[in-house]
Amino acid sequence: MSVNENLATTANYLLYGSMASYTVAFLGFTLDLAGGAARAERVALASAPQRELAAVGAQGPLRDDAPTAPPVVPPARRKAAGIGVSLTLLAVLLHVAAVAVRGVATQRPPWGNMYEFATAGSAVVALVFVATLRWRDLRYLGTFVIGPVLLMLGLAVTVLYTRAGQLVPSLKSVWLAIHVSVAFISSALFTIAFSLTVLYLVQERRERSGAAKRSFMDALPRARELDLASYRLHAVAFPLWTFTLVAGAIWAENAWGRYWGWDPKEVWTFVIWVVYAGYLHARATRGWQGRKAATLALAGYGCILFNFLVVNIFFVGFHSYAGVS
Amino acid sequence: MSATPADPSTEPAPQLPRLGPVGTVRFVWRQLTSMRTALFLLMLLAVAAVPGSVLPQRGVNPGQVTAYFQTHPGTAPWIDRLGGFDVYASVWFSAIYLLLFVSLVGCVLPRTRQHLRAMRSQPPAAPRRFERMPAHREVEVDASPDEVLRAARAVLGSRRYRVRADGSELSAERGYLRETGNLVFHLALLGLLLAVAAGHLLGWRGDVVVAVGDQFSNTSVAYNSLNAGPWVDVSALPPFQLDLDRLDVAFEQRGPQQGQPRDFRATVTSRAAPGAASQRSVVEVNHPLQVDGASVFLLGNGYAPVITVRDAKGTELYSAATPFLNQDGNYTSVGVVKVVGAARQIGLQGLFLPTVAFSDGRLPVSVFPDLKNPALALTPFVGDLGLSSGQPQSVFVLDTAKMQRLQGRDGKPVRLLMAPGDTAQLPDGLGSVTFDRVERYAGFSVRHDPGRVWALASAIAAMVGLGLSLFVPRRRVFVRARPVESRDGSPRTVVETAALARGEDTGLDDELDRLIAALRPQRHTTLEEAPA
Ligand code: HEM
Repeated sequence: MSVNENLATTANYLLYGSMASYTVAFLGFTLDLAGGAARAERVALASAPQRELAAVGAQGPLRDDAPTAPPVVPPARRKAAGIGVSLTLLAVLLHVAAVAVRGVATQRPPWGNMYEFATAGSAVVALVFVATLRWRDLRYLGTFVIGPVLLMLGLAVTVLYTRAGQLVPSLKSVWLAIHVSVAFISSALFTIAFSLTVLYLVQERRERSGAAKRSFMDALPRARELDLASYRLHAVAFPLWTFTLVAGAIWAENAWGRYWGWDPKEVWTFVIWVVYAGYLHARATRGWQGRKAATLALAGYGCILFNFLVVNIFFVGFHSYAGVS
Repeated sequence: MSATPADPSTEPAPQLPRLGPVGTVRFVWRQLTSMRTALFLLMLLAVAAVPGSVLPQRGVNPGQVTAYFQTHPGTAPWIDRLGGFDVYASVWFSAIYLLLFVSLVGCVLPRTRQHLRAMRSQPPAAPRRFERMPAHREVEVDASPDEVLRAARAVLGSRRYRVRADGSELSAERGYLRETGNLVFHLALLGLLLAVAAGHLLGWRGDVVVAVGDQFSNTSVAYNSLNAGPWVDVSALPPFQLDLDRLDVAFEQRGPQQGQPRDFRATVTSRAAPGAASQRSVVEVNHPLQVDGASVFLLGNGYAPVITVRDAKGTELYSAATPFLNQDGNYTSVGVVKVVGAARQIGLQGLFLPTVAFSDGRLPVSVFPDLKNPALALTPFVGDLGLSSGQPQSVFVLDTAKMQRLQGRDGKPVRLLMAPGDTAQLPDGLGSVTFDRVERYAGFSVRHDPGRVWALASAIAAMVGLGLSLFVPRRRVFVRARPVESRDGSPRTVVETAALARGEDTGLDDELDRLIAALRPQRHTTLEEAPA
């Protein structure tokens, strides 16, 4: 069971390629957002005659207080976003290939140390994003998803890099594959949900203060929609995180003879779970809906970052397999 | 708790308490079981769990706690008094989660009662004004009111609504499983807590080191350390036995991760009781052995040099595979030999190095964890081993308080450095020490946890409940049919529909659209069709 060094090198090159592609995609999405302000202006201008047309077309009386349909953004104008999507697709292909080739090179699931966690985890974030694009136009989120992915990859190749190797025995388990892959998907959803929550908070603030200043935020959905979208992602991510917790406990039981031992890593997985449970609770608690609940979601994501970046490296425990020296 | 599904804040508005003890108790209880308190306690629980990840914990690593006392002599006793080294057993941490669970019971029981009642009763009557509902539609159709209501009933029934007819109105409700799931989730958390508690009270866990070729019998004295819950009778542990037949260990031989452990595998023969049928099995790091209600885990391994001590006449005083504890990734290991049969008790303090390397002037070190060039360094002591004091002693520590180092003829302390097969004479006619060979030992952790299965069952129930609670839509739909006369004088029916949901539900408009599409096979005049 040795490592195929050639393949491991190939995996690294694939990863660099995907990073380059992500970078251009990131620029594309950002340009698109920047153009969004101008677009929103056009829409505002265009919507007045549209309303009259609608009134003529309708057979009954049109009530004045009926909410107007959300502004329809002319589809053909978003070339930069299109470039963003195409290059994200290319980048995801290269990225997934890099992870897969690393797995073939080491002949094991390619998530045995922090470098591999970061590369595989960010691949899942990007994959989830690309998948949601198929049924929802979330291109406005591109900057806020591809940005973190790039950051994570940058961190991986600079700080966390670990040469391909085999695993210590306690990591050899099917539960590793299950526990870690579900943790990835869940974290990926939490990441996108986090971006949406930030956008919600900004948008909510603008709406509350009746901001007249034009900004790229005009191109984004309204606060209420951003909030709902973020809730739905959280509502999927939370059960997956619950599963991660349970699968981790089963693995710990198999490997160390106790399903729960308050090891620093376990503590933080628990803290994250409790904070997000608090978020879901807050949404159903009078006086806590809206901004306050969103703050809890931000706190939850802060815990996820802390867990990955600080606990893995600085807190020693049973789980000390970061592989970073 | 409001019964309206649309009201997401499932708590009653705070009421001022009536004076008097009963009123006060009721007020406190209501506060404790409110959503706001539950939220506060949840957040408090998250914050309270954090110190345990920063400070060393006795339950996780007692050695680190001792070290912390040495490096922080000023603050450590204070942290200890506040429970900082036993966070998860501390009064304050326990208080938080116990209050949380009291709140949970107080919240879930009334909701369960209410839910059971709701499941047995009809949906509530339709409200007077549909425009107030989160979604509503109004259309005019050709069919008669009766036909419309019949069709609506069929559609709603096929979409698994429970339907109640009330003259010209229908009210329908679906998704009772959402609330069921939510209750199951919260009750399962309670079950999880009880299962963990059962494990603490009724479970036990022991650690033992067994050399290859040796046998282990499951009695409390055989363990190097044993932790048992307060309700466990340690004199009546299940009487199984275990022989360690083989231990295979593999390390990375080359590359950047040279020396990293790759594979541990213990081959054992187990019997449920002495004399019972035996069974051969393999224990690996992620594959414990189940025997007689207990699980045997392979957690560690190391070297047990076989050491023989003879007196001057050649009589054997001590001969055993002696486990040495490894100190680093290259298995530099320390251990001791205690010889009591001689006139003067002998103690040997040892350092075992699987692959020895010398650097001048310093202690030899091990440079690889596998047996490539094994060496044993021993420092002999004579005197009183302190075994008669009645104090329990660790087999890995030599109490040298009442012993002297043996000195050679040159007056320097004696140090023996041996390879397998070597024999060295002790000075002063004390006899000889032989390093016969090296065996490996396995570090087993044996555990019995009667709460384990219940914990898993509760966790699974909680996940199922959570899924239902988050993804089953709970909706109410109302339909009203009213006859009207159209402009050309023919009789027509105005159908009003409305819907509301519990929690966030973006599917209400679609639900009404579907319903209306079914009531209206071909397109008719639209009176008003704005999504509310
Ligand atoms: C051990 C502590 C608790 C945890 C971890 C917890 C967790 C959760 C989670 C994750 C949810 C969201 C799932 C859903 O929407 O159905 C939820 C919902 C809910 N919880 Fe808890 N909970 C706890 C204690 C409590 C307590 C003490 C109460 C009562 C005061 C309570 C009342 C509720 C209610 C009413 C909902 C439903 C909210 C809705 O309708 O959306 N929970 N809980």
